[in-house]
Amino acid sequence: MNTANNNERSEIEGLLPWHAAGTLGHRDTQRVEAALANDPELARRYELVREELAQTIHLNETLGAPSSRAMAALFAKIDAEPARNKATSIALGARIRAFFASLSPRTVAWSASAAALAILLQAGLIAGIMLKEKNVGGYEIASAPTNVGGDGAYALIRFEPQASAADIAAFLATNKLSISDGPSAGGLYRVRIAAAKLPKTDLDRIAKMLRENKVVGFVGITE
Amino acid sequence: MQTTSDEVLIGRIAGGDRLAMQVLFARHHVRIYRFVLRMVRNEATAEDLINEVFLDVWRQAEKFEGRSAASTWMLSIARFKALSVLRRRGEEELDDETAGAIEDHADDPEVTLAKKDKGAVLQQCLTKLSTEHREIIDLVYYHEKSVEEVAGIVGIPEATVKTRMFYARKKLSELLKAQGVDRGWP
Repeated sequence: MNTANNNERSEIEGLLPWHAAGTLGHRDTQRVEAALANDPELARRYELVREELAQTIHLNETLGAPSSRAMAALFAKIDAEPARNKATSIALGARIRAFFASLSPRTVAWSASAAALAILLQAGLIAGIMLKEKNVGGYEIASAPTNVGGDGAYALIRFEPQASAADIAAFLATNKLSISDGPSAGGLYRVRIAAAKLPKTDLDRIAKMLRENKVVGFVGITE
Repeated sequence: MQTTSDEVLIGRIAGGDRLAMQVLFARHHVRIYRFVLRMVRNEATAEDLINEVFLDVWRQAEKFEGRSAASTWMLSIARFKALSVLRRRGEEELDDETAGAIEDHADDPEVTLAKKDKGAVLQQCLTKLSTEHREIIDLVYYHEKSVEEVAGIVGIPEATVKTRMFYARKKLSELLKAQGVDRGWP
């Protein structure tokens, strides 16, 4: 093997950890795969990398997680922070599009899984609050997956950015509402406002009443 | 159903949306906790640090420009804070030998048992690496960061990222060899 080939091999070998983790770009991935197919020693070393990857993941996964006090402490500090303006960056959308264009498929897949889990956790939190209320006050609970598209009357609601989880829970309980889906990309939640379908005049009246609550930023009636 | 991206959440957090903050926290706090825990090696300190990290996210969301992934940005903040703690503790000079000495229980029965399992030995050796080497191995293997992202988080050139990863792996092989596992590399 000449010097040029040695340099190429060293360079490829240096990329093996990222290849194993799935974070290489398309071009480098192709280079590594071609080299692995033609170089048994490199393929053997790649197996060592994969072993390291597996054990590093295993080690980190056994580290546990912070206690639930961490979240409570954080939000107590956030609640003590001064209120801020609701203005958001208009240029964000353009930046996000550019960002997504640069993501690898594995990153997108991981983000989607993590996001789904986070939303599930959030839905679980809200459902837990409402279940507690049902026990003491007789409110009806929506089962999120089965209620989507089922019977009942629904509204799309976006909560005010300043509204805390406690404010939202109180709003839902007071108005006997249940979140059945969301948030969508626009921050909208699909909320069941009645167990049976209602005439449009009733829906409009309820929507108008809900709009008057300070935790609500937007209310729209949906089928 | 399409879920909201981290970048959109940070945009909402910049506008004071506490619910968006809860979602972002739920998504990332465990990984960030593990990242700092591997650095500071103390659960209470790691828990305090993630609070500081997310409080910074709340305060600085407006400044986030989306040039890097949100997780990369948060890991950078976490790393800076963890290093500050290590510096306060006077552990920034901790080198490979010192780290090895702290965690080397080569002769105790638990370790002898663990030696029977190559995976367990490898994990044990991963804990013996220096802070610098542990950090890069975790960022690449566990946090799935590209060469460019690691360079951004650690603040070193991309070529140095590759070199550092090579030396971290080399050190790992040496530690394994000392434990009786010869990988035939490097």
